[in-house]
Amino acid sequence: MAIVQPVQPALEQAGWGKGEPLRLDRAPLFLLYINVLIIASCGLVYELLAGTLASYVLGDSVTQFSLVIGFYLFALGIGAWLSGFIVGSPARVFVEVELAVALVGGCSAPVLFLAFGYLRGFHFALFSVVTLIGTLVGLELPLLMRILKEHLDFRDLVSRVLAFDYIGALAASLLFPLFLVPQLGLVRTSFVVGLLNALVALWGTHLLRPLLPRRVGGLQGRAFLVIGLLVAGIIKADLFTDLAEEQQFGNPVVFARTSQYQRIVVTRSESDFHLFLNGNLQFHSADEYRYHEALVHPAFSAAIDRRHVLVLGGGDGLALREIFRYPDVESATLVDIDPAMTELGSGLPLLRTLNADAFGDRRLRVIHEDALIWLEQVDRKYDLVIIDFPDPSSFAVGKLYTTTFYRRLLRCLAPDGVVAVQCTSPLSAPRSFWCVVKTLENAGLHTWPYRASVPSFGEWGFVLAARRDLGTVSNWRLDERVASQLKFLDNSGLQGLFELPLDMRRLEVEPNRWNNQILVRYYESEWARWK
Amino acid sequence: MLKASAIAGTAACSGCGSRVGPFSFPGAIIGAARDRGHELRGDRRLDEPVAEWHTVDVVIVGGGVAGLASAWTLDKLGLRDFVLLELEEALGGTSRGGRSDVSAYPWGAHYLPTPMPENIELLRLLHEAGAIEQFDADGSAVYAEEQLCRDPEERLFYDGQWHEDLLPSDVSDRERGEWDRFRIEVDAWVAWRDPQGRRAFVLPSDRGSDDPKVAALDAISMTEWMEQRRFHSPFVRWEIEYACRDDYGTTLDQTSAWAGLFYFASRIRNPGESPQPLLTWPEGNGRLVRFFADQLGNRARTGMLVTAMRPAKSATSGGNGGGVDEAASLKPGSMPEGPFDGVEVVARSAADGILRGWRARHAIFAGPQFIARRIIENYDRERGDAVRQFTYAPWLVANLHLRDRPVEHSFPVAWDNVIRDGQGLGYVVATHQSGRDHGPTVLTYYRPLCEFTPSEGREWLESCDWNACVDVVLRDLEIAHSDLRPLIVRLDVMHWGHAMIRPVPGFRFGTARARCQERFGNIQFAHTDLSGIALFEEAFAHGCRAAREIADQQRERVP
Ligand SMILES: Cc1cc2nc3c(=O)[nH]c(=O)nc-3n(C[C@H](O)[C@H](O)[C@H](O)COP(=O)(O)OP(=O)(O)OC[C@H]3O[C@@H](n4cnc5c(N)ncnc54)[C@H](O)[C@@H]3O)c2cc1C
Repeated sequence: MAIVQPVQPALEQAGWGKGEPLRLDRAPLFLLYINVLIIASCGLVYELLAGTLASYVLGDSVTQFSLVIGFYLFALGIGAWLSGFIVGSPARVFVEVELAVALVGGCSAPVLFLAFGYLRGFHFALFSVVTLIGTLVGLELPLLMRILKEHLDFRDLVSRVLAFDYIGALAASLLFPLFLVPQLGLVRTSFVVGLLNALVALWGTHLLRPLLPRRVGGLQGRAFLVIGLLVAGIIKADLFTDLAEEQQFGNPVVFARTSQYQRIVVTRSESDFHLFLNGNLQFHSADEYRYHEALVHPAFSAAIDRRHVLVLGGGDGLALREIFRYPDVESATLVDIDPAMTELGSGLPLLRTLNADAFGDRRLRVIHEDALIWLEQVDRKYDLVIIDFPDPSSFAVGKLYTTTFYRRLLRCLAPDGVVAVQCTSPLSAPRSFWCVVKTLENAGLHTWPYRASVPSFGEWGFVLAARRDLGTVSNWRLDERVASQLKFLDNSGLQGLFELPLDMRRLEVEPNRWNNQILVRYYESEWARWK
Repeated sequence: MLKASAIAGTAACSGCGSRVGPFSFPGAIIGAARDRGHELRGDRRLDEPVAEWHTVDVVIVGGGVAGLASAWTLDKLGLRDFVLLELEEALGGTSRGGRSDVSAYPWGAHYLPTPMPENIELLRLLHEAGAIEQFDADGSAVYAEEQLCRDPEERLFYDGQWHEDLLPSDVSDRERGEWDRFRIEVDAWVAWRDPQGRRAFVLPSDRGSDDPKVAALDAISMTEWMEQRRFHSPFVRWEIEYACRDDYGTTLDQTSAWAGLFYFASRIRNPGESPQPLLTWPEGNGRLVRFFADQLGNRARTGMLVTAMRPAKSATSGGNGGGVDEAASLKPGSMPEGPFDGVEVVARSAADGILRGWRARHAIFAGPQFIARRIIENYDRERGDAVRQFTYAPWLVANLHLRDRPVEHSFPVAWDNVIRDGQGLGYVVATHQSGRDHGPTVLTYYRPLCEFTPSEGREWLESCDWNACVDVVLRDLEIAHSDLRPLIVRLDVMHWGHAMIRPVPGFRFGTARARCQERFGNIQFAHTDLSGIALFEEAFAHGCRAAREIADQQRERVP
């Protein structure tokens, strides 16, 4: 971008800049207004993209939009101010600026998604991109007005250019939510809009030909390069976020990352967000409290001692949130195989708000290892174990539901310890549910199966297990200090969880063994019916 | 077809060290002791003085499963004064394993079917080793679940995909019908009993029937048997040949019908039932080797190449001939005072190159017969013709150390992963049994060289440098895993020149095998080759038997 003075001698050498005003007669003027319209729309779309993306991934759309708009408008001002330093051919600079906008703006959404995938430094990336685009867009209109001022009187110039500018804004604000985002997704929209800017630049080399230096080959070459890049981006947009994935999940994807262990996707609807692992819903922010209260509090109500808690799986930190409500918890150990998951739980602002910053709690120790392997070497006892593994849809996960696994677990369970296990739906996958119960019993544990209804999942199943008989459910009481904070469970609700209706009654099934993972086969066949 | 691929293999290998590779990862051919073994072919052992002599009750030569089982049994019988001499630096023989930072892994034997209730000795071993947790009231064994092979046990690669189990689903109904018919034949043998009530096929095999009807099976090859019964389906052929290659390192032509049926029928308890579940460990049967070794302490001496065994004069009188004159060839002054009726064993230590001798009442030779012929005095003269009937299949085994797993698109990785169109048997995954499903692992690739004659196969192995071996391994595995190469951090190759005794037609029920089981002076024999099939159960049973016979002899001696 040639926007600073030292460029001038070169321009003069090229034989123009100070001499006669050159005439623009290669195209009717209204085509130039179309340019204004496109430029204006594009500029607004970038702003909307940044705002939407930020509020998707960070939540709190009021703050995000307000900050993005503020920074963007301010940057427009910087651009307008900088335009005053440009001497020499405004036409050439205009084309250069267009190309820069095309490139930076066009790549803004994918760049921000990538930055977000790696969480750290997202804010920096966001405001840098917004400021850069704003500055460049801020340069556009002043330059264009300088180009046109030779052909129009000032009154007409200002009124028409500004009018088209505002029309463009309206067009963008309508197209963005109605067409662009739903049809193209954020990443493709960004590339497509960038492409428009690049086309304006290319067209500019033709339209403004008389005002440009003799040889425009270089400019055109760069324009083609940028166009090529953006077209490639449009074709390959799925690399950044999968539009197919968005269609699969029905909502825009705000975070997607394939870790060594799984595909992690966070999607966002108007007021909620959702976490998917390998395409399976892990939680829906609107009703996850039902799931996590049901997972954690029955075990805490049944346990005598609850100082030392072990959480297996659950890298989203939502079970931890429930656990840390208890002041008597002295330590919590979370074992999740996937660092990407706990990074999400501790880094994604949306999630941090939801898990009440559980990863910041001093009582927590996080371990990244396969729970089965970790259990082999653990040498201390836990009063409570909360097991929140994904459903047993593969052998690699199914092994975490075998007699072998539970036997290993027993070695680190305090004599009076209590275990809670999430175990898929007793309604949709009853054999799978009862298979987990049966397996725990086979490993030598007493069991208390229960269920809660979680609208986004349906009827969901859990089971408590302990070495000794914990007595009758009716004796279990929620801790008063915690009860007041809950949204789903009260004491009678707690009892109710253990009353299973007829359609969830016990089935005779095989236990899930290391050498015969029947659970994976049950699970596959049962859920196949619902898909 | 097999011949053709053999030739292709040879062409690919001879002198190809320059054409393939270089590979970006390191590795080596294991088997340094190979060269030490070759020392036995020379004769310099005779004129070198023995530096020191020791006296023990029993010397065990060979620390494979048979030798280790002998030691274990001797201990049980109260005969604790013994020494076990093993030429390799590690115990275990063809059942040994290795270990890296990532996992233990096998070099040879890698599984053991859970034994039937009649195999009491083996059940006892498994109980002591912790594989059996307890015996139920009805006497049935309760196994430590995580030592049973983890599901999924096996998968098969064909049509560009992995499929569950080894029985492909793409076969016609007619072929499947033929397979069912084969299963019925097997079940008939499972149900069969001879007049003494013995099964035809049972582990250990010596407890099986020697009824003429069973013996007749040994007279023909598995190919002939299948032709007689009109088994023509290529799929059924493949399945059965796979079993023979896997367990014996032989093709259908090279396997007697007795051995072919043995594979299937000995593992099924009652007609209609599935085969016995398998026990396995990351280091394969090396786990049981370690158990044995832990009991031995310093009575096991590794790096000891036994170069000579001499039954002493008076001992041979009760035996079967043997070194009468040769006792005199011992170094002057090396003979003990007074009459000596035992065995002298001389071994060279790898550590210091010194020859050491042991004088023992008894010895157990727990190595293969082809070596007995080279080190036991007069053995070749007495039994050479019998020993020459023992033929051994060569194998190539490779351990691939991977930084990460190949990408999987179809049926997920199993313990045993078989590639239908491969030349080898596929690979087992060392970390499968420990439950580590991500990150670094070790794959053990198995390849019997059954398309050659045994000696051609050994020549082939000798002609193969490391690059050539790696090429053979990768060519096979890349059929299923095109992304494998960059994941390899190290690849070691084991050349097993005499990996497995071959159950060729006529061997099992021939006289040679029976003859070599008999004691030679005070030397007992224990090795899986004495069964005509190479299996843990067989090696173990021979080891136990040899130890018991020594205990019996001792008892006769002490009135
Ligand atoms: C590749 C491969 C895979 C196999 N897989 C299986 C399997 O999955 N399951 C199964 O049951 N079986 C398997 N086997 C068969 C295996 O051979 C037997 O299970 C068993 O290990 C045989 O034990 P052994 O003691 O009879 O013989 P070996 O293992 O041959 O032991 C003989 C020992 O004697 C030593 N020795 C020989 N000469 C001397 C000397 N002069 N001085 C000192 N020491 C000497 C050798 O070094 C060796 O350690 C496999 C074999 C191979 C090669």
